[in-house]
Amino acid sequence: MGVIIAKSLNEACVVLAENPATTVLAGGTDLMVQANRGMQSMDSVLDLSRILELKEWTLKDSEIVLGAGISYTDLAEPQIATVVPALAQAARTVGSPQIRNAGTLGGNLATASPAGDTIPVLVAMDAVLQLKSSSGNREVAITDFITGVKSNALQAGEIIQSITMPVFQGPQEFLKVGTRNAMVISVVSLALVTDYLGRKLRVGVGSVSPVPFRATEAEEFISQEFDWEKNSSLSEKVINKFSDMVADSTKPIDDHRGTADYRKHAVGILAKRALERVCANGES
Amino acid sequence: MTSEIYTLTVNGNDYQILDGHPSESLLWVLRERLELSGSKNACEEGECGSCTVLLDGEIVCSCLVLAASAVGREIVTIEGLGSGNEISDVQQAFVDAGAVQCGFCTPGLLVAIDQLLNTNPDPDDLTVREAISGNLCRCTGYGRILEAVRIASNSRTVQNEEEKGK
Ligand SMILES: Cc1cc2nc3c(=O)[nH]c(=O)nc-3n(C[C@H](O)[C@H](O)[C@H](O)COP(=O)(O)OP(=O)(O)OC[C@H]3O[C@@H](n4cnc5c(N)ncnc54)[C@H](O)[C@@H]3O)c2cc1C
Ligand code: FES
Ligand code: FES
Repeated sequence: MGVIIAKSLNEACVVLAENPATTVLAGGTDLMVQANRGMQSMDSVLDLSRILELKEWTLKDSEIVLGAGISYTDLAEPQIATVVPALAQAARTVGSPQIRNAGTLGGNLATASPAGDTIPVLVAMDAVLQLKSSSGNREVAITDFITGVKSNALQAGEIIQSITMPVFQGPQEFLKVGTRNAMVISVVSLALVTDYLGRKLRVGVGSVSPVPFRATEAEEFISQEFDWEKNSSLSEKVINKFSDMVADSTKPIDDHRGTADYRKHAVGILAKRALERVCANGES
Repeated sequence: MTSEIYTLTVNGNDYQILDGHPSESLLWVLRERLELSGSKNACEEGECGSCTVLLDGEIVCSCLVLAASAVGREIVTIEGLGSGNEISDVQQAFVDAGAVQCGFCTPGLLVAIDQLLNTNPDPDDLTVREAISGNLCRCTGYGRILEAVRIASNSRTVQNEEEKGK
């Protein structure tokens, strides 16, 4: 069938319904690496990159809806960065300018790598994905969408249309550890999101388990200890306990990027650093 | 639209690709089918930036672009910099600063730096480092490359001021 460049989401859904085995292509930054290695056939491709609907985003009530085709470069632009700062911070750490211009949010989610940098942020925020196919639409929570290492809940014929998340009031941080600043895959990553209205600190952790997850016990502890009235700085004892609880919630593995022990240690440091920054930001 | 025969617009010229295979990257088609061998192939996985081109005005790794999906987009390669036989100001600055050793990284860097200076003629050091963070050079240690950007940036600033003064 060759390459079909879809102009609208409806057209894409029809093409995919007729050819369920077609490879869906967005920015190509994951797929083309595989294709160049001869590990991914591109004989039949549906290109989503010209579908304008997938690049749109809207802010309504207390929710932001981001099109799956939005690039990292666009996520880091001030209009989006002021609403979901941790997501913009994550986008800024991805690859290089070349990768950020091409790579998309939807592609990061569909790839479902444990090191996918947007995922811990979306997990911390309880994001929901809107999936579309020619037979209808459905919504899936991010934690149900990522089903394992590089596996997701997409069914044949489905396209990720958008990702919706609540807009939280309060400071946010995304931090990752890698071997250098540019072009690094995360060894560990962490997102911390404050929710002043709900009086909750939300923690998403990546690269330390097959599927990014929320450190719920650590969240409960720190949400109790946090000074929601004045946001005064926390005692060292509280910060250290939070850091230990986040580290203890992880089940990392040894691999070529780092040992399990190192990852546990590093994620604790990230938790501590993110909490200190959130306290410092809230004071102003 | 399918891709058995497709047309690419490179440096303002239309090229028909008659016998392309659907899996080919833009880098492959540029080098092997169009004989535009300025864009280099060092990794084919987006890590080195030596294949950098402009796609609708943005820098991307041409090794990660499916050629047949680039139909209708404006592609600019290193061959599209400068005019005729004249090299561009950034190319001249690379010569003046001695920023080229083996030269393998140079075409990708030139495309990235030209694009940077087009949007930001007077970038600070951190902005330059960030803009070329996707372009690896194993020879120079980057010092002379940064120097070349400074030279090109200064000459563009002087030029802009002269034009304003007119
Ligand atoms: C050099 C380099 C550095 C990188 N650095 C990082 C990094 O620091 N952090 C990080 O997280 N990732 C990194 N990546 C990985 C990659 O850039 C991201 O995962 C990117 O978000 C993938 O998006 P894409 O649009 O390029 O996807 P594509 O490669 O086009 O597609 C990837 C997968 O997603 C599917 N897909 C895409 N869009 C949709 C959709 N709307 N609906 C359904 N399925 C869809 C495709 O079918 C395919 O299976 C890097 C990659 C490279 C090459
Ligand atoms: S060849 Fe494309 S980035 Fe290295
Ligand atoms: S000059 Fe040799 S890689 Fe840069």
